[in-house]
Amino acid sequence: MTNAMDDIAENAEAFFIIGSNTTSQHPVFGTKLRRAIQRRGAKLIVCDPRKIDISDLATIHLQHQPGTDTALINGLSYLILQNGHEDTEYIAERTEDFEEYRAVIQDYPPEKVSEITGVPVAQLKEAAELMGTHKPMAVMWAMGITQHIKGVRNVMALAGLQMMLGNMGVSGGGTNPLRGQNNVQGACDLGGLPNNFPGYQKTFNPEVQKKFAAAWGRSTEAKVGKTVTEMVPEVTEGNTHALYVLGEDPIMSDPDTKEIRKNFKACDFVVLEELFKSETSVYADVLLPGSSFAEKTGTFTNTERRVQMVRQAIAPVGDSRPDWHIISDLAKRIIALTPELLSLNAPYSGWDYDSTSAIMDEIAALTPQYAGISHERLENGERLQWPVKDYEHPGTPILHVGEFAHGKGKFKPIEHVPPTESPDDEYPYIMSTGRVLYHWHGGQMTRRVEGIMKVYGESLVEVNPDDAASIGLNGGENRIRLTSRHGSIESKALVTERVPPGMVYANFHFPEASANELTHASLDPVAKIPEYKVTAVKVEKIIGD
Amino acid sequence: MTNLKITIDNKKIEVPEGSTVLDAARAANVYIPTLCDDPLLEPFGACRLCIVEIEGYRGLPTACSTPAADGMQIRTSSAMIATNRKTSMNLLLSDHPLDCQHCVSNMRCDLQYVAAYVGVRGKNPYQGERRTYELDESNAFYNRNLDMCILCGKCVRACDEIQGRQAISFGYRGFSTKITAPFDLPIWDSSCESCGRCVDMCPTGALYDKTELKHGLPTGETKTICPYCGVGCGLIVETRNGEIIGVRGDGESTVNEGHTCVKGRYGWEYVQHPDRVKKPLVRKYLLEGKKKSEIDRDSSDWDWAETSWDVALDITASNLAQIRDRHGADSIGFMTSAKCLNEENYLMNKLARQVIGTNNIDHCARL
Repeated sequence: MTNAMDDIAENAEAFFIIGSNTTSQHPVFGTKLRRAIQRRGAKLIVCDPRKIDISDLATIHLQHQPGTDTALINGLSYLILQNGHEDTEYIAERTEDFEEYRAVIQDYPPEKVSEITGVPVAQLKEAAELMGTHKPMAVMWAMGITQHIKGVRNVMALAGLQMMLGNMGVSGGGTNPLRGQNNVQGACDLGGLPNNFPGYQKTFNPEVQKKFAAAWGRSTEAKVGKTVTEMVPEVTEGNTHALYVLGEDPIMSDPDTKEIRKNFKACDFVVLEELFKSETSVYADVLLPGSSFAEKTGTFTNTERRVQMVRQAIAPVGDSRPDWHIISDLAKRIIALTPELLSLNAPYSGWDYDSTSAIMDEIAALTPQYAGISHERLENGERLQWPVKDYEHPGTPILHVGEFAHGKGKFKPIEHVPPTESPDDEYPYIMSTGRVLYHWHGGQMTRRVEGIMKVYGESLVEVNPDDAASIGLNGGENRIRLTSRHGSIESKALVTERVPPGMVYANFHFPEASANELTHASLDPVAKIPEYKVTAVKVEKIIGD
Repeated sequence: MTNLKITIDNKKIEVPEGSTVLDAARAANVYIPTLCDDPLLEPFGACRLCIVEIEGYRGLPTACSTPAADGMQIRTSSAMIATNRKTSMNLLLSDHPLDCQHCVSNMRCDLQYVAAYVGVRGKNPYQGERRTYELDESNAFYNRNLDMCILCGKCVRACDEIQGRQAISFGYRGFSTKITAPFDLPIWDSSCESCGRCVDMCPTGALYDKTELKHGLPTGETKTICPYCGVGCGLIVETRNGEIIGVRGDGESTVNEGHTCVKGRYGWEYVQHPDRVKKPLVRKYLLEGKKKSEIDRDSSDWDWAETSWDVALDITASNLAQIRDRHGADSIGFMTSAKCLNEENYLMNKLARQVIGTNNIDHCARL
């Protein structure tokens, strides 16, 4: 997020939520927004094919067809320009390439956009008017716009919209992706990506490569590695021979489960570091018992780039160990087998950490955004949002104030591209996937909470009442079979107007009916993110149940 | 904004405009008893316990709902205040079960504390009819025992003002007044999202977590961060005998100000679930020196065997090193974890890049 959550909740005149079920997936931030709408009259524009909880409070809710986000955003930009609501002074002073952007936007008049998205012209006009007259506006999104083959394009289109409105680098504005996992921000920040060393320092940059080789005593070649969505399929292609999985359940969370299973099964050696015998453990050769958040001390970084202290509340369960112990111990054993690979006199070649605080000090030395972060400062109660440039620096609650991080804000003209799969006679429905309020991702945690299982104990697939009638569901205990080009699942149906006709919505919390048995591995060409939000399926009633 | 100069019990203090008398007293560290006020909620004036004397004011205004004004002279204790508070408290307690030992909130109860503070002692002078209700156990996480309810309205306001959900309200009139879900149905039939804020704010034993029934008081508390979504709410983990027995929101966290969602507050049982893997496990074939390519996965060769950390880590180290040496560093892929610590993610990145020598590291950011 470019802005802090409290800044948005307190200072935005309007919220634009696209592809985020905020009150269900980021509930406490969602309630802050709900409060701002109900108590101080902030306006809300929601773009989501489904009716979601927070769209009940929306000033306007645009229910566009799944996979048409770029066209929708461009169409709104077109109308904002037509209304003369762009911030000309901001555009002139702080941005570049606006004319190229404007030229592409001219291809998205409301009538055409309405045809692509299914949103009535009048609603497009109403939303654009609201956006143009309520500044600052904060944009929030999540996987709803990124899990598409054009996820990156959708984000760029939103960045263009916000720059045009002058909403970047200001309090109450910004582009604000809501990060799904407790520490997905930190995992990205600290080198858990194939193209980035810690702090988004590029692996393909020889200078960066040299910096880490000098610090660690050894490093990689200056090139980009493989993403999850590439390294797993490459097992059967003969390129991947070992997989080391820490605290993840790819069998549940990755696309096209059948293919994932095949690859994990074929892999020469699979190491899993986990709390439970998860679905993935079936294919693991070694299962190392790691420990939960309650059993270790260190830090998480939240969606607003705020680094916060996690503190040990109980001893590790059984003989499990904090994961940082396990990784360090393993590293030392591998190094001992071939010590000659490493230059041991490099300042950070070693693995003898007595605490996570010492690891954070090493992070600070090598990561510009974390340069001023230490456990000591956090324990003193400081609120630190990166970049924190040195131990005196107070952190950065809002990014791009006065100037963009890279100088001028660059407009990128983005064209609409249709999704990979569209409904046809055999697979007439669009399935979108996601999570529900009560469950978490692959379900390994929440399926082990008694109260939660009482509330939401089995898979439910949302089906529109009109579709339910045509499938022959009678409103009783309805079980359905969903089939895509990639697989099939059986689940109970939840007949609800929350999904529009022609669309079904499934989750991946339950192994017996995981939506990812059906999804396909079409990837965004840049981010390599799978297109979870658009899979063509057929839906049948299961007779005799 | 201008500051207001105020005197409370001869203490001089400046408070910002818009403060109430109760806010001013809190700022001056002067205790005024209250059961219906919370700094996060709008003033309500239900319990009548925060009465004070203000020079130039008639009667005993309630501190929570009286705006502070410049030059105000406030007294928080006097014989008159004491008598009135005792009367209010006795009236509250005249319709209360008075069975503290069997109450889930025993020793964590604001009503108990405030009654003792104002000096309610001995037999209640107001004997009369009491309201009794059926225990509402319909919610999966907390119970509602309205026999204990003093109608302070904190739950109603927490649900409205903080959660923005308006699942409950005051129903009926006069002596029959009660907190109800729509149509007086069980709470589970309301729009309640089980965030637990009402339970947190309840000053009596009317609302309590089901897990509280199983345990005594916590003996330890740890401030930490929620393991679920990216909002990063501050949590307080309550422990006893080395086990987690409860979780509540951390009121000092500026992310969530004590608020949580259902997963953060009630989703912690997995930590101590019997399914936790407690010892390192390796497939038997690895201990028997067999080759993976030659074993049958339906045979006992593929069964798990418990082993020591030394054995498990040596097996892991030698297999990874062998594959690196035979097929190259890029034949190994690492999936680090968005659920793990920053420090652990950094180490995974160092393990992949320094120790193995590959950039093949990623995690579920896309999934």
